[in-house]
Amino acid sequence: MVKVQVWGSLKPALEGADEIELEAASIREVLDQLSDTYPAMKQAIMRGVSVSVDGRMYANAIMVPLKPDSEVFVLPKLVGG
Amino acid sequence: MNFQPGKDTLKRNFKTVGTRTPRPDGLDKITGRAQFGADMTAPGMLWGLILRSPHAHARIRKIDTSKAEAVNGVHAVVTAADFGPCPDGVLDVRENIMAREKALYDGHAVAAVAATSRAAAKQALKLIKVDYEVLPHVTDVDEAMKPSAPVINNKLFTKGLDKTPRKPSNVAERFEFGHGDVEAGLKQADLVIERTFKTEATHQGYIEPHACLASMGSDGKGDIWCCTQGHFMVRQVCSALLGMDASALRVTASEIGGGFGGKTTVFIEPVALALSLKSNRPVKVVMSRSEVLRASGPTSSTSIDIKIGMNKDGTITAGDATLRYQGGAFPGSAVPYGAMAAFACYDLKAVRAVGYDVIANRPKQAAYRAPGAPMAAYAVESVVDELCKELDLDPLDVRLKNASSDGSKASYGPNFDVIGLRATLEAARAHPHYKAKLGRNQGRGVACGFWFNFGGETSVSLNVSADGTIGLSVGTPDIGGSRASIGNMAAEELGVPHDKVRCIIADTASLGYNDVTDGSRVTFASGLAAINAARDAIGKMCERAAGIWGIPVEAVTWEDGAARPSSPNAGKHEPLTLADIAAQAGATGGPISGHCEINAEGAGVSFATHLVDTEVDPETGYVKVLRYTVFQDAGKAVHPSYVEGQFQGGAVQGIGWALNEEYIYGKDGTLQNAGFLDYRIPVASDLPMIDAVIVEVPNPGHPYGVRGVGETSIVPPLAAISNSVSDAAGVRMTQLPMSPPRVLKALGRI
Repeated sequence: MVKVQVWGSLKPALEGADEIELEAASIREVLDQLSDTYPAMKQAIMRGVSVSVDGRMYANAIMVPLKPDSEVFVLPKLVGG
Repeated sequence: MNFQPGKDTLKRNFKTVGTRTPRPDGLDKITGRAQFGADMTAPGMLWGLILRSPHAHARIRKIDTSKAEAVNGVHAVVTAADFGPCPDGVLDVRENIMAREKALYDGHAVAAVAATSRAAAKQALKLIKVDYEVLPHVTDVDEAMKPSAPVINNKLFTKGLDKTPRKPSNVAERFEFGHGDVEAGLKQADLVIERTFKTEATHQGYIEPHACLASMGSDGKGDIWCCTQGHFMVRQVCSALLGMDASALRVTASEIGGGFGGKTTVFIEPVALALSLKSNRPVKVVMSRSEVLRASGPTSSTSIDIKIGMNKDGTITAGDATLRYQGGAFPGSAVPYGAMAAFACYDLKAVRAVGYDVIANRPKQAAYRAPGAPMAAYAVESVVDELCKELDLDPLDVRLKNASSDGSKASYGPNFDVIGLRATLEAARAHPHYKAKLGRNQGRGVACGFWFNFGGETSVSLNVSADGTIGLSVGTPDIGGSRASIGNMAAEELGVPHDKVRCIIADTASLGYNDVTDGSRVTFASGLAAINAARDAIGKMCERAAGIWGIPVEAVTWEDGAARPSSPNAGKHEPLTLADIAAQAGATGGPISGHCEINAEGAGVSFATHLVDTEVDPETGYVKVLRYTVFQDAGKAVHPSYVEGQFQGGAVQGIGWALNEEYIYGKDGTLQNAGFLDYRIPVASDLPMIDAVIVEVPNPGHPYGVRGVGETSIVPPLAAISNSVSDAAGVRMTQLPMSPPRVLKALGRI
């Protein structure tokens, strides 16, 4: 199972859970499941998020494959200067 | 074959990469041949000028443009009414480039004119009558958060709270990051220090003002030439705002006189395009310096609370931050990145950073090198410094003791990959600067900084000419030497001399989409794409050699710029150089080129440590920077001179932010210092030579180990200089800029 965490102020959207576990093979599947299961997450995801997978940041890539034990962190969409 | 992280071996023996080749744009820039945004002209061109609000906050009751339209030479006047419905994603941009119901800040555009001369356009602007109802305004972040503050947008309800509030406010969103039990961690500490800091808004200070030339044809197809960090972004936003097909608009990026994040959005380009559409003539718009300062995108001003606990041995037990950033009149300040970056240099068991995105009657903030991070680092590193002083601990030893390292959990959540923070700290500790003696009224400051870096959508095309030279087209404007570094990576991969590769910035019709030049991404992402494109071309050249020799392609290898039989079993064949193969390309199958279209990921995060000595004049409050050394991890410095330039440039901009630069608003909410005489950026005579020490801890996500270097260098200076001035003055400084009056006040002299 993939472990998924979200940034602090989105925890209420996960009904208070610090971490949830999902069956997902890609970032896209993680985001789809979060959107489908937690309505409050859908809004945040539609506004744009970045995703860290096993410590590596993906600013805008949903096809990234996940390992069964990957650690996924959903973060605000990054911008740079 | 594309680079595959974890499968390919990182290359570490280089011929071209790591050398200081001549800069390819150097001659053009010193001879004046280079064409910047304002240099473009077209037959029949009109001049566009923009009328701006003189009020910080005002309802626009009516705009009468009839007299302006009657001026001889005026061909078009546009207002917000000329920008129709658009996708939600660009609504704020539409509102920012032309005020609709309200002017939201001093300098907000309200109308624009295109005329045959600047004089006629100027005359017409004076004849536009705007009926304003002046409204109460707020420009300070703390004032804007008060319940009594004028509400700028009555549709704005704070997001990120457990319950959506019933009343609108100027607080757009709350963000929180962290882990562990912060209260318990603080209780365990031998010493806890809590401080509040304030920083003022600063501007990127790019030398070239925004400039563009837009030309719409009567067939609905258009062109824009402009100085921008992302011409594909300009195409995307302008076509959305004008209701055009994206491919009907071609955007060409000019040479650029600095951007630093401030040219990652649009201000004048849609206006010029709308004027061109209305007048059926090309229209050029060039901002004045005053317009740049009043109406482009400065940084947030901030107010930050920091609380950190430390034990006597230097162990940090917990860190807590509350960050308030005003980002101008629209939501979207860089506070989430400030909150994420605040404690990133420390491996902490308990950490929390809460950020508030606040709106105020100021221009919409834009990115500025590592957006949001310098202010957060300033506050955190100031308190760490104070703790070290109170506990009589060495500031570098304490940072090494608590430093984030490979695999440690970042304060913003994920675990770090391979990182170079410790290497920068150790380099600083071993440097003669750290042991140099200080004199009277002199002090030394240390600070660390972090930035994420990222990759993104990137497209590169590499063409092999018949004479064996290479044309390399990239879609990321060169704001810091990327043509040299990308060209050198292609030369390295192909095995040809660097001067046989010419790298250009192609227009939006000639390449696939490219994200903006930002996030310190270009040397990493366009470089990676160029390496992949070179490998693509090499594969094709090996096929041609195999055909010429009559052997399978698997029996051909590429080495030192030539195809060679991979083993004696492949037969005895003289190597075919790239030029040999190119000369026969037409006859052996046609032109040879290589391509790469990727969403480049695997950018390595970046850390830096800065050391600075200053001297404070107790009579005048003037701070002189005596010595400054930057230690930063570049992964692999592709072109060391440009890397050093990035380190030095970030440090210098940080020095300006720390000592002089600030947006000063009057009681009426108008900007009081909209010019470089009063908005004081550092010049060469203000500065010592910045010593740049390149640390190389390879990024496993790039075939050469490259990390972005453009942004991290501005993160530590605010704190490093404040720590140095606090050391020299014997008093903790808590507000930027540390201008002479503020220093004198801190010293109790005024």
